[in-house]
This record gives sequence, structure tokens and C-alpha cells, in this order.
Amino acid sequence: MADEQTPKLSFWQKMLAIDRRAIFAFIFVALIFPLFFEISQEIPVSNDVRMLHEALEAIPDGALVLYSFDYDPPSAPELQPMAIAVIKAGLRKKWRMVYIGLWPQGPIQCDMAFRDAMLDERFKDLKLTYGTDYVNLGFQSGNEAVMQRMGSDIPGTFPRDFRGTPVAQLPIMNGIRNLGNFDFLINISSGYPGTREWVQFGVDRFGLPMVSGSTAVQTTEVSPYVGRQLKGLMGGMRGAAEYEQISNNPGRALKYMVGQSVAHVVVIFFIIVGNIAYFATRKRNQG
Amino acid sequence: MRREIPTAIAFFIGVVCIFQFFIPHWPFGTLVDTFSVWFQILQSFAIWLGALNLIKVSLEKSLDKRTHDRWYGWVVMAAFTLIFVVGMFFSGGRQFQEPGSEFDYLYRHLFTPLSSTMFALLAFYVASASYRAFRARTREATLLLIAAFIVMLGRAPIGDQMIAFVPEGYRLSDMASWIMTYPQIAGQRAIMIGIALGIISASMRLILGLERSYLGSE
Amino acid sequence: MAERIYIPASQLGRAVRQSVLALAVLLCVVSTVSAQSESPDTISLTIAQPPLPNAATNVVGSDGLNDDGGSIVVTWSKSTDDGAGLNNVASYRILRGTSPAGPFDTLGSAAAGQTTFTDANAVEGTEYYYAILTVAMAPTTDGAATAALVQSDPSPSVRATAQWFHTGRINMLIATILLCGSVIYFISQAKAGKALYIRKIAGLEAVDEAVGRATEMGRKIMYIAGTQDMNEVQTLAGITILGRVAKVAAEYDAHLEVPTSRAMVMVAARETVKEAYLNAGRPDAYREERIFYVTEDQFGFAAGIDGIVTREKPAAMFFMGAFYAESLILAETGNSVGAIQIAGTAMPAQLPFFVASCDYTLIGEELFAASAYLSKEPKLLGSLKGQDVGKAIILATILIGIVLTSIGAVTLKTSDLDKLGWYNIGRWFEVR
Repeated sequence: MADEQTPKLSFWQKMLAIDRRAIFAFIFVALIFPLFFEISQEIPVSNDVRMLHEALEAIPDGALVLYSFDYDPPSAPELQPMAIAVIKAGLRKKWRMVYIGLWPQGPIQCDMAFRDAMLDERFKDLKLTYGTDYVNLGFQSGNEAVMQRMGSDIPGTFPRDFRGTPVAQLPIMNGIRNLGNFDFLINISSGYPGTREWVQFGVDRFGLPMVSGSTAVQTTEVSPYVGRQLKGLMGGMRGAAEYEQISNNPGRALKYMVGQSVAHVVVIFFIIVGNIAYFATRKRNQG
Repeated sequence: MRREIPTAIAFFIGVVCIFQFFIPHWPFGTLVDTFSVWFQILQSFAIWLGALNLIKVSLEKSLDKRTHDRWYGWVVMAAFTLIFVVGMFFSGGRQFQEPGSEFDYLYRHLFTPLSSTMFALLAFYVASASYRAFRARTREATLLLIAAFIVMLGRAPIGDQMIAFVPEGYRLSDMASWIMTYPQIAGQRAIMIGIALGIISASMRLILGLERSYLGSE
Repeated sequence: MAERIYIPASQLGRAVRQSVLALAVLLCVVSTVSAQSESPDTISLTIAQPPLPNAATNVVGSDGLNDDGGSIVVTWSKSTDDGAGLNNVASYRILRGTSPAGPFDTLGSAAAGQTTFTDANAVEGTEYYYAILTVAMAPTTDGAATAALVQSDPSPSVRATAQWFHTGRINMLIATILLCGSVIYFISQAKAGKALYIRKIAGLEAVDEAVGRATEMGRKIMYIAGTQDMNEVQTLAGITILGRVAKVAAEYDAHLEVPTSRAMVMVAARETVKEAYLNAGRPDAYREERIFYVTEDQFGFAAGIDGIVTREKPAAMFFMGAFYAESLILAETGNSVGAIQIAGTAMPAQLPFFVASCDYTLIGEELFAASAYLSKEPKLLGSLKGQDVGKAIILATILIGIVLTSIGAVTLKTSDLDKLGWYNIGRWFEVR
């Protein structure tokens, strides 16, 4: 039964105590809305992504490139578009690609990204042979110990590929003994082990040129490496969208960025409303 | 004795791990790797302990008629059984993770969307937490609020588009980069220095046996 | 198809090399003339064999330092035709054998211009000899490449040995002695009975209030000791604080639940809570089933806890330990049911989320100080003082470093820090 003594709340007092589900509803619409409309958005490309693009374009056709997928499904919305974009770069330049994962779900995410990349119109006539043009060596536990071992003996570290085939039977693995045999390393990571460990064990110890894609949260920790150990960096969804733009590969990241822009504006709107409500109710209580 | 032996083991292992960092010669150089492998073996056995406890707790919950939410226990048991049976018996043995297997189907169409959904909750919770937390109650809070505005708008392309008349180098994305590169990293590093010292102090207490509550009672 | 000639440099006379060079040039001229006689407008050139470069010299192997005897560093002087002279060196191949006359196995390769290679597969105590194969490449008109290889003289013998002290880590040894030493010193001082001042930590002062509130409302307390395993020091700190919170809960007769993400943490938590109830004189109130395992999966754990929190609406929640992205999900859900929340973590990326959603947050080192703070034991408080002295040392070092770097920025004549040697103070603090 309503208490008749309770004073009626003002509009601002109601705003101050707004049900969080109302905020959720606004965010939901802000994120979903752009997915149903083709809204193109030109985004300025940062220096880190520009450097990454130039570094990848400088790798010659037919080069031997190592990809390390060090993330799992929760980070996939941010990192999967990056993975697809760098695999497309490899397909376009006909690199010989060796995929590994230091997280258990990494090779599975790689597999999904490869299939998505192959759906691109430009590659529909591309005839690639698994084991000769590309290979997925799967996951190996041990974190930095795996990287250390790869520095001297890759066939010993990955004796079989993701499907269980001995690597000695895979033509692409002929002549690959250690990290020094690769021309480049591309790492997509969301935590540990990831970019920092590759910088420590791959770049610092074996001189392997490297670029990386990481989640937005991790970017602040790895961005000091850009320019020295890292030849470029894609940071979060924005980094993925910038790379898609500069490499002329529009994909999911560019699409999601529109949603992110709108969501940021909605959050800022609510923060402003919350502050107005706070000051209005404070004045009312003082007055 | 129940506590003395584990404390002695903790002291011995702690001191050896400190020494091995400075001594590359065998056996010290490889000791930490050996201990890590031992810990991984312990962890592997502990997974069974956890799984059995989960089954026990869920079974008890499902069979206890007084518990009003006991059907959640049934959900846990059903999911556990499904994944276990499919992975062990219907997915090609050791190649159960191979693309195309039944286990892989469950992974892609059940586990992955569920994990991503939980992660996506962060988008909504960040909004509600920001609404509640970013109030200009004090000078410091106001400063935080302004920085949050600049970084949020600067990280999304819309920020630069809104003030496209401002010359390059002074736009919101540049200001956001500056905030993330200088004050943010400086603050984070200061906290990390404090954390590192705290870890040293806590580790010394554990190694010297001053903190033993984790070992349980006598 | 590439044709290969192995000719040890010491046996190859200068005259022979020059004759081969002359022959190659003659072949070029002949084919040019014949091409010109066929068609005055086109000239084709076929090089059947690239000229042989000079071999690398001064090949020396030296024991890799600061290791367990598994590496040897091979250095050499690059060929005079590398970047000069014939300028046709493409790469070097590093060869290793156990006798100066061979046979040699190929270890790896180095690009032109490089003069060093690390053999990371040496066996300690075995005598090795190294040689460098200089590789010159030249393309033919049909796109294939031909190679000429010239092998250097073998190096003197070298053995890999293990070292007893990592000389590159002297800086770490000094830091360890200083910082650990100050902690141990102040612990021993505290034993002598000296009173130590500790500032108030609001989050820890509120533990009694949180437990009391839960008891009054008849609702449970939920304690989450992080989502990592027992090898993480934050988890140990969380378990230690759990002991103190459990003791207060036992005294208030509050319902304490501890869901865990790792089985070993569950075991340790059970031992800790059991002891706490025993110390509070309430062993009968201890319930083992209230400390249970949920799942190791990050978001599975978050989902499980969220479900329990939403249904059972605990009055107080503690988050003490290492968390990742699930931190905000857990804290916001607790906030939505009106629980009083006290968090503590040493994960810098998660601190903002806890600060935004919880009533009290222990930031970084406050988590590690909590057990000392709550117990008020002199020895534990002494360790905090040692920590503070360590921080003072670091602060002083940073200030001195800022002053010196600023002076260097103005006065240094070179921007190549490698040329500075000992004056490059940044290198003193590198961890190798």
C-alpha cells in the first residue's frame, strides 16, 4: 500500500535513481541500430596501424610467415576481424603461412578466420593446398617455454599438426627448423601468453620482425614496443577497423565501429544527464 | 608437525627459486621449469577434484526439494553430461577438437556464443557503472569526468568528425592519445611499483612462515 | 638449376679466381655479340655462373655467457664482397663439426651484412669447430637462381660451459638484497616491540560493518578469492584475508559462502575457514558445503556467480584476489542487488571497474597489506614498514634518474645510446 506521507519525487530525482535496465535498452539500440543500416564511416588511420600496413606490404610475395593466435572466443569480437584481415593479406601476397596457437582455442579461432577470409570474392579462384601453402600446427601448452623451444627446434615443439599429421609429411615444413627460418611473425593476442612474451622471446632473442594485434585493454601495455620491437600494432576494434580501411578490406570491424561511436555518445549523454540530476537534486536538498 | 613440514617446504622452494634466478648452472637453471611442470601435474589432478565437487553440489541441489532453484542443478548436470559424453564417445577419440567433429560443433554453436554473450554484458555494465560513478562530486572527480569525455569521444571516429574544423594534432583523438600515453601510463606504473613491492613483502612473509593461515589448522 | 662449387678459400689461388672471372666476362661478351648479330635492337645476357665472392674470415666461436652450457656465439668478419667489391653476397651459412676437417652440418643462416650467430644447441663440454659458407646468388633469365658458395677456414675449437652466476643480473641481485633486506630488517625490529604507525584503510575498517549488516538482514556474505590458482600471490593474499573475514563471520554467526574458480583454492579456502571457525570458538557452525567449486572458465564462473547473487541477494560481497574481465560483471551484479561490496586486487586494468562499482576498494599493495592490517601482529606490520622503505629507495632512484636524464638530454652529443657504454644509465636497470 502506498505511503501517503512519501513526497513525490521530482523528475531529476527519478533520473538519479533510474532503473539500470533503461540504460541497457538505450545501449542495446545504439549497438544494434547501425548493424541494420549501411553507414559508412571514414576513420583516420593512426600511425601504429599505418606502420603495420607498410610493414606487411613490404613482405615479399611467397615469404614464409608465422601467425600466432593467442586468444579465445570472448575476445573474438575485437580480434577476429584482425585475424581475418591479416590472413587475407597473406592470401593476397601468396605467403606460405604457418599458424600456431599458445591458447587452447587459438587454432580453432584461426580455422574460423581462415574460412571467413576464403569467402572473399577475390580468393574464390585461389587453389590452396593444405600442408603445402599453409598449415595449422595447433596448440602447444607451456607459454614462453614453447617460444623458447621454437627458437631451436620447431618440429620437436610441434611434432604433429592440428589434424594429427606428422609434420615430416607436410611439404611446407621442409627446411623449417627454428624461428630464424621465418621471414615475419604476426601475433594476435588478448593477454598472457601474447605480445609481450613474443617480443621477449621472438624479437629480442631471435631478431624476428613482428607486428601485433591486441585488445583495447592490452594496447596501453604493449604500445611502448611500437617502433622498436614491434613494426606496427592494431589496438582493439578501432585498430582492426583502421587496418581494414587502409588495406581496402572493409569488414566487420568498420561496421562495428559505427555501433561503438553511437554507444559512446549514448554513454556520454547519460553521464551528462546523471550530473545534471545530481546537481539539481543537491540544490533542491540544500534549498 | 602438520604445519611445520609444509612451512619448511615453502621456505626451501622459495629460497631455491630466488637462487635459481641468478645461477644458470645445472640444476638451478632448470629448477623453476621442473617445479612448473610439477604444479601443472597437480593442477591436472585438481581438475578432477573440482569436477567431482561440482557434480556433488549440483546433484544435492537438484535432489533437495526444499531448494527453490533446484532446477539449475539439473541444468548443470545435463550440460556436464552432454559435453562429456559427446567429447569422449562421439567425436573421433583423440581428434575430438578437429573441425567438423561433434564436440567442435558444440564448441562453436554453444560454448562460443555463451562466452561471447557474457563478455558482451560488459558493454551494458560499463554504461550503468559510468552513469553511477562519473559524478562531479569533488575537484578530482570533475577532472576524471573531463578526461573520460575526451577519451571516449576521441577513441570513436565521431569525436574527430564533430570538431573537424580543429587543426590536426589538436583533435580529440590526439588529446585522447596524449591522456592514454602520459598521465594514464604514469599512474598505472606508480600502482605497479607499489604492487611489486607488496608482492615482495607478501612473498617474504609466506617464505619465512609468518603467514600460515592458508595451511589450515594444527 | 643451381650449380654449386665448394672450394675452401685457403686452396683457391687468386689467379684461379681471376681466370674464372675472366671466363664469365668472356661468356657475357660472346653472348652479347651473338645477340647483337641476330638482332641489333635487343641485347640478352645470360650469366651461367655468378663470380665467386671472397670468403668470410676470422671465424671464431666463443662460449655463450650466463647460460647452462648450451650455447656458443659464432662471429666472423664479413666477406670483402659483402656490400663492396663484387657486392654479390646474399647470405652466410653457419656450419658446425666436431673436427677441423669436417664433416660439417648446416646449423642455420644469416643475412648479408651480419657477422654473428648464436648456436643454441651446443652440448656442454663437446669440442666444436665452425665454418662460414659465403653464398652468392645471381638470377638467370629463366627466373631460377644459381649459387656459388665459398667456405671459410674452420674456427679454433671451442667448448660450451655453464656459468655459476648470471653476471647480467647483478643489478637484480642488488635490488633483491636491498628490498628483501629492508623487509627482513623491519620484521626483526618489530619483534623487539617497536610500535609502528599504519594509516587507516577504509575498506578494511568496513569489514565488521559489512558482516554485521549481513547478520542483521539475515542474508549471506559471499567471498570470492579471485579467479586464479594458488600459484598466484594475490590468491594467497585473498585466502589469508578470508581467514580474518571468516573469523568475524563466525563471531557474528553470519552465513558465509565461498564459491571458487579453482579446485586447489577450494581446498585451501576450506582449511582456512575451518581454522577461523575453530579460533572463534564456533567449530560446530562450520559447513564444508558452503565452500564449493564452480568452474575454471572465466565467463562460466561469472555466469554462475551472477545467477547465485541475483537469486539469493547476498548482503555483503568481498572480491579479494586476481580478476580479469569478469570483475565488472561480478561487481555490477552485486551492486544491482544492493550488497555492500569490498574489493581488493593488484590487477591495474581491473581497478577502475572495482572503484566504480564497489563501496570500498583496496588498491594494489593494500591487498597485500590487508592481512597485516587486520591481524595487527607486529611482525607482519614490520614487513609493511620494510615495503615502505623499499618504495622510498625507488622514489629516490626515479628522481635521480629524471635529473640525470634531463641533463643528458641537453648535453649529450650523440643520440645513439649504445655508444654511451656505462653512461647509459637506463641499461643499469635492464633485466636480462
